[in-house]
Amino acid sequence: MSAPVPGPYDLAPPTERDYFARFGPGVVIILPARRPGPTEWGRGGPPHGGAWIHVGEDGTTRAFTGKVEVGQGTRTALTLLVAEELGMPLGAVDLTMGDTDVSPWDMGTFGSRSMPDAGENLRTTAAAAREVVLEIAATTLGVPKADLAIADGRIRTGTGSSARSVGIGDLVRGLHRIETITAPAQLSQPSGWTRAGHPTANLGGREIVTGTRQYTSDLRPAGMLHGRVLFAPQYGAKLRSVDLSRAAAMPGVTVVHEGDFVGVASPDFLTTRAALKAIRAEWDTTPQPSEGGIVEFLRQHPAEGEDSWDLIHHVAGDVDAALAAAPVTLHETYTTAYIAHVPMETHAVLAAWEAGRLTVWMGSQTPFRARDALSDAFGIPESSVRVVVPATGSGFGGKHAAELAVRAARLAKAAGRPVCTVYTREEEFTQAYFRPMAVIDVQSGAEKDGTITAWRFNDLNAGSAAARLPYKVTNQQIQNQPAESPLPQGSYRALAATANNFARESHMDELAARVGVDPVEYRLRHLGDDRLAAVLRAVVHRAEWTPHAGTRARNPGPVRGWGVAVGLEKGGRVATVAEVSVHEDRRLEILRLVTGFECGTIVHPSNLRNQVEGGTIMALGGALFEAIHFENGRILNPRLSEYRVPRFRDVPRIDIVLVDRPDLPSEGAGETPLIAVAPAIANAIYDATGRRLRSLPLVPDGTVP
Amino acid sequence: MSQAERVAQPRASSRLRVNGVGHPIALDRDRSLLFVLREELGLAGTKYGCGEGECGACKVLVDGVAIRSCITPVGEVVGRSVTTIEGLAEGDRLHPVQQAFVDAGAFQCGFCIPGMIIAATSLLARNPNPGEEEIRAAMDGNLCRCGGYLRIIDAIQRASRSSGAAGSGAP
Repeated sequence: MSAPVPGPYDLAPPTERDYFARFGPGVVIILPARRPGPTEWGRGGPPHGGAWIHVGEDGTTRAFTGKVEVGQGTRTALTLLVAEELGMPLGAVDLTMGDTDVSPWDMGTFGSRSMPDAGENLRTTAAAAREVVLEIAATTLGVPKADLAIADGRIRTGTGSSARSVGIGDLVRGLHRIETITAPAQLSQPSGWTRAGHPTANLGGREIVTGTRQYTSDLRPAGMLHGRVLFAPQYGAKLRSVDLSRAAAMPGVTVVHEGDFVGVASPDFLTTRAALKAIRAEWDTTPQPSEGGIVEFLRQHPAEGEDSWDLIHHVAGDVDAALAAAPVTLHETYTTAYIAHVPMETHAVLAAWEAGRLTVWMGSQTPFRARDALSDAFGIPESSVRVVVPATGSGFGGKHAAELAVRAARLAKAAGRPVCTVYTREEEFTQAYFRPMAVIDVQSGAEKDGTITAWRFNDLNAGSAAARLPYKVTNQQIQNQPAESPLPQGSYRALAATANNFARESHMDELAARVGVDPVEYRLRHLGDDRLAAVLRAVVHRAEWTPHAGTRARNPGPVRGWGVAVGLEKGGRVATVAEVSVHEDRRLEILRLVTGFECGTIVHPSNLRNQVEGGTIMALGGALFEAIHFENGRILNPRLSEYRVPRFRDVPRIDIVLVDRPDLPSEGAGETPLIAVAPAIANAIYDATGRRLRSLPLVPDGTVP
Repeated sequence: MSQAERVAQPRASSRLRVNGVGHPIALDRDRSLLFVLREELGLAGTKYGCGEGECGACKVLVDGVAIRSCITPVGEVVGRSVTTIEGLAEGDRLHPVQQAFVDAGAFQCGFCIPGMIIAATSLLARNPNPGEEEIRAAMDGNLCRCGGYLRIIDAIQRASRSSGAAGSGAP
């Protein structure tokens, strides 16, 4: 019988949390979380995730956040901020992320909020911890607080022969002190930073290169079973009958059949696989929409969308009148395909029950929401569920769902043993959700000199991100409309921003060509954001942009083209210049991408560069060739041999220009660097060939049509 | 034959040499080398990514050459020397290719990295000074979804330049 497990910290008052039993004596500083009500999601700014920090007598500072690390490098960036504010060496700060028993509540790791939210919360908490530690030191050393300095985990006072110092761990020895932050803390100035803002190697490299880092799919507790789930062969299928007798007769196999759920588990991976194959199931199917005609299908199936917080309906001036009066008008439709996240580590869950309490290890981007889902599914209190996020082999917005966790936990409950369930790659394609397809209509009007006077922008099915104009236009109407998608769809890295930015920046290029103005000059003329204009100028300078108006197609023969696009989303500013070559056989070659990015204060420059570079490469796939194909409820290409993602040979020369603004708060960088890639390439193809491509992916077979 | 009988049936056995150590293993057509490494030998550094040899996350060295363990029946490598990511470092001293990946910061989520390092080690054993195009061609069977390709190329070039990489490519 194990000792009673204390409830999750976020559900208990600070005085009832066992900080000191768990982490030893010291000082705890708490920044309370503000948890939103159900109607608050997405309104009035993001919910406040809170943070807490335990300064231990062992000299280690433990910081806690509900955000998770799935490869984006925030563990190192956030640890840097705590170390910087608290004057601790990086190695003395231990950051716990995404463990629902000890982390502050958090809505989830999405929307590029880790740096602006968790970063700010942890900084604030660390700054408050520094002040508490200095106060204790002032009393202990008998000197005014103003005469103390904190650095490298020690507090120093005096100079020369009168110099004294004490380690932070020694200062808090034996204390059981909890402080809740009520007033804003004095944050350090980035200009004086010695750790943050400077090149730092990401944490955990040695474990990664030696293969010892344990991802969820690598966990093997004693007695663990391998689980598999019987999935429907197509969307909309209902289980009519199932014969489990052969699977149930296999030695060591647990079979679970509850309603529509059928799953098997056994101690041996291959036996589990054989048991799943031995199940005979019959399904009732109904016809499902297919890829052909999907644009019309979405137009004919608008969803109510009243529940959706992701709605924009922005109107200024009189668009109809401005369009009627405009000497130049343009009306075009742009589309983006359904695409898959394809995380290298497929969804994996390890579920274990002990004395009625459920613990689930999973690569979740929303561990607290997973806790809610598990609590609902099993009718047990939230406090009886713990979700832990181990190292995770990427997410890209694809790891928000908790269905697999519920299934693994059902198997574990029935078997009375821990169960690990890992999607096969085919299951990853067919059971996950996709980036929504987008259909975007843009209607514009301009004066003869090119000045845009009217802008109507309708996004169907993608969402509102990046739909707003970064350009000054008097008459504008911008809205989005959800649709009944035939495929499951959900969060994705730079989801709607990619679609809306592709439509807007392609359309801007079309207008610039129509009125005979250089695409860079045309954007600068209309831009209403100085920060974005500065990024655009930096990028065209690096790219050695040659001003030109309209297409410079020179046929026949291999031709080169240059295209530009900008974007403003989630507080980040991005500009990309693409240089392409279209060969005589129409094959498209990307020669160079130059991406400039500005996200306020740079906390972790080498990781930021890695994010911008990696995001640019990920965006190449959706821009050029990635697409999910489907017919009557089936995914036709659920394999890596059939669904193409960027490989080594697809990667062009990439130049990154980072603009640091230490005078501005840090914004996220995981998404916005992607959103100018596709339109820059489309615009470069137009420059090279005179051919305007308005659908992503641009060149599914590698050639320009 | 029922599934139950097939699973319970006695299997031929042999010895598999992994990271210098011999292990008794059962031979069975549907048992991949990846399965044996991860589930029977507890060597979880070698990853499952796709099961069809398309992503390279499962690569290991067999007699110094990178192969895809997910599509390699274990019987094919009996009597040969298998090196996994866990077998590259000598004690606390990283293999030069591992060290180069750390130095280049060539990782994000890290899940593809064991397979990348194995593929790079195999390449450098065959070609100690590969040009960038040779690196891209040799590594094209390894996927990184985080988009770390350019840093990985940088890491392989660093490993190529560092002394010892050329000589110790094939353990």
